[in-house]
Amino acid sequence: MNAPMTSPWAAAGLVLRRDLALAFRRWEQVTHPVVFFLMVATLFPLALSPKPSLLADIGAGVVWVSALLSSMLALESLFRADVEDGTLEQLTLSGQPLAILVLAKTVAHWLLSGVPLVLASPVVATAFGAAGTAYGVLMGSIALGTAVLSLIGSVGAALTVGSRRGSVLLSLLVLPLVMPVLIFGARATDLALHGDPSAAGPLWLLGSMLILALTLTPFATAAALRISLE
Amino acid sequence: MGTWTWFHKLASPPHFYRIAGKMIPWYAIPAVVLIVCGVYGGLVLAPADYQQGDAFRIVYVHAPAAWLSLLCYTVMATAAAVGLVWRIKLAHALAAATAPIGASFALLCLATGSIWGRPMWGTWWTWDARLTSQLILLFLYLGYQALRSAYDDITKADRASAVLAVVGVVNVPIIHFSVTWWNSLHQGATVIRAGGPAMPPSMLIPLILCFFGFTFLYAALACVRVQAEVLRRERNAHWLHDAMGARGAKE
Repeated sequence: MNAPMTSPWAAAGLVLRRDLALAFRRWEQVTHPVVFFLMVATLFPLALSPKPSLLADIGAGVVWVSALLSSMLALESLFRADVEDGTLEQLTLSGQPLAILVLAKTVAHWLLSGVPLVLASPVVATAFGAAGTAYGVLMGSIALGTAVLSLIGSVGAALTVGSRRGSVLLSLLVLPLVMPVLIFGARATDLALHGDPSAAGPLWLLGSMLILALTLTPFATAAALRISLE
Repeated sequence: MGTWTWFHKLASPPHFYRIAGKMIPWYAIPAVVLIVCGVYGGLVLAPADYQQGDAFRIVYVHAPAAWLSLLCYTVMATAAAVGLVWRIKLAHALAAATAPIGASFALLCLATGSIWGRPMWGTWWTWDARLTSQLILLFLYLGYQALRSAYDDITKADRASAVLAVVGVVNVPIIHFSVTWWNSLHQGATVIRAGGPAMPPSMLIPLILCFFGFTFLYAALACVRVQAEVLRRERNAHWLHDAMGARGAKE
């Protein structure tokens, strides 16, 4: 194998820029998960009741479940197009460490699917009667949580990209693994929405989960992709 | 070098197939004896609990099933990691053989827990920490099985599901602690805790017998299932045709 010309991080930057450029040309890839997020959140008052006291109780949970489902939906597209047109094989053969390239792709995916949810979450929280002061913690918890979801989900996406039954299988694999994220994220949001200062606790735990996921999942994703591409 | 030859020998399918066949009675007979003794001791000899009456006796199935569901996940993930790192096909066969056993024990644990919860807590299901983490463990098993069945190529299925098992085993303690902090109503640890077990020996001994009996049962089931896996994977191999031919000639 020839020595690569560019450094791994420069290559990762190129992958990131490429993915962002592709997404901006296909804008619906970014907007569809947000619309889905808003729609799922709308289902809850319709299914339960529009009583303000109930909505205030369930608001944090609704935001989190909707964000979780929306990011599951977006995960499907993380590697599929690149596997189908052979880009991913070229990345594997490039001589660059695949884990770093995969991390760049996952970061791009989070910027495109996670950050829009972070920006949309105050809208949903307001619709569920949340106080305006807690938006910082709400958006922080969604930002940390969706980042962990993208990282863990990238392993699942890499494992299922080689099989024909993609979407449902992906959710079956990833949902049990991300339940701790849901627990701490919803807890932090709930405490913050009710003006409780102890919301920092679950937020720190979310942060430590992000660091753990950031350290370990790129290697698992790279290994899984190599298996899927065999 | 010499220390590793037994390992390589053990990892060869023909050798292991023979060993597993020989080991089955050595696991199955103690399993039957221990479980019969344990269940008799638990259902007949042990006194009724002063609080829970006779309802507590389901613990003789419930607790060993819970232990086995965790043990099976550990065995599965360890075997998967070994198979992934050293590319040992037999380790993958063991992981594949263990998953359905573990899932069954997890389901048995949930079912007996639910039946036990009805008279004790007055409800079939509560969102208690241990129940919920057991349920998530069952989901992990089901996800593993689903991934295996999604691939037709057995080598790919082995390696992909192995990555999932390893990722899952890193996650199991996180799930356990997150769910514990989330909610807790289940009775605290009774058997293993500081200050000795909170059970009289007449209750405890049958329980220990059941723990060992269930563990032997798993070992016997695993041997049978690994044999079946080897048969399925090596169905075109010469040694298998020779072994079957020899047996056929003897009969």
